[in-house]
Amino acid sequence: MIDALTLAAGLAALGLAAWCGFAFTRDQPTKDWHFIGMAVVSLLVLVQLVVGVVRLAGGDRPAQGTAIFVAYLLGAAAAVPAAGFMSLAERTRWGSATVAAGAVILAVLEVRLYDIWGG
Amino acid sequence: MAEYRSASDATAAEAAAETAAETDGTAGGATAPAAARPRFDLGQGPGRLLVWLYGVFTVAAASRSIVQTILDFDRAPLAYLLSAAAAVVYAFITYSLVRGGEQARRAALVCCAAELAGVLIVGTWTLVEPSAFPDSTVWSGYGMGYLFIPVLLPLSAMVWLRRAPRG
Repeated sequence: MIDALTLAAGLAALGLAAWCGFAFTRDQPTKDWHFIGMAVVSLLVLVQLVVGVVRLAGGDRPAQGTAIFVAYLLGAAAAVPAAGFMSLAERTRWGSATVAAGAVILAVLEVRLYDIWGG
Repeated sequence: MAEYRSASDATAAEAAAETAAETDGTAGGATAPAAARPRFDLGQGPGRLLVWLYGVFTVAAASRSIVQTILDFDRAPLAYLLSAAAAVVYAFITYSLVRGGEQARRAALVCCAAELAGVLIVGTWTLVEPSAFPDSTVWSGYGMGYLFIPVLLPLSAMVWLRRAPRG
């Protein structure tokens, strides 16, 4: 796809994971700044989703199959928002841990997306 | 976001009320209504993290088996059926953690034991006889392709299910 975008999303996800992991070790729930961070990461992944769909519509084909590629794009777009909503309901350090876990999962999905596209 | 929160709270309250009603029915109304509330809050604190991870693995295992079954079932039917079975176990544990209560706690413990046995058996099987698995499952090589989370998850879930606070 666009390698720079995949790399940026993956690094941003790792940063978010480290930040929320830090909040977890300090026994803090997710706060407004964390949610802004989640919004930035989610926005990057949404851009990636749009770019991916546009590339597919333009006739490009991922190396490992279109269905798998779209499934991973959707999974990547849902990961951080879903974890964010769960941390809204869990106002303890474990809410931070949930977001950190979601961000790590997103980073793994980005690596897989890179492979699936055949970069 | 606040709307979402109140909506989910309402659903949780409804679920709690239902569980309470169930418990009342089986107990014959002998216990006081307050005591009939679910005693184990399995989806709180560390449990929330487990709900999230089990939810993610439900989606991962289910979508993996669905996509592969549709695209080329004949290539590795055993692997795809095992992924589907894993998805069912994960879904049930997720549901039990969210539901809470003593019954759900016991059911989840049994399922975690089954999950751990599955990971160990399938993991060993894939190492001993790789030819039986032309394509890998979630549990291949003890979950190596998934950062070994499949083998760590049931262990941590069993610890949490034993220690979960009485609500």
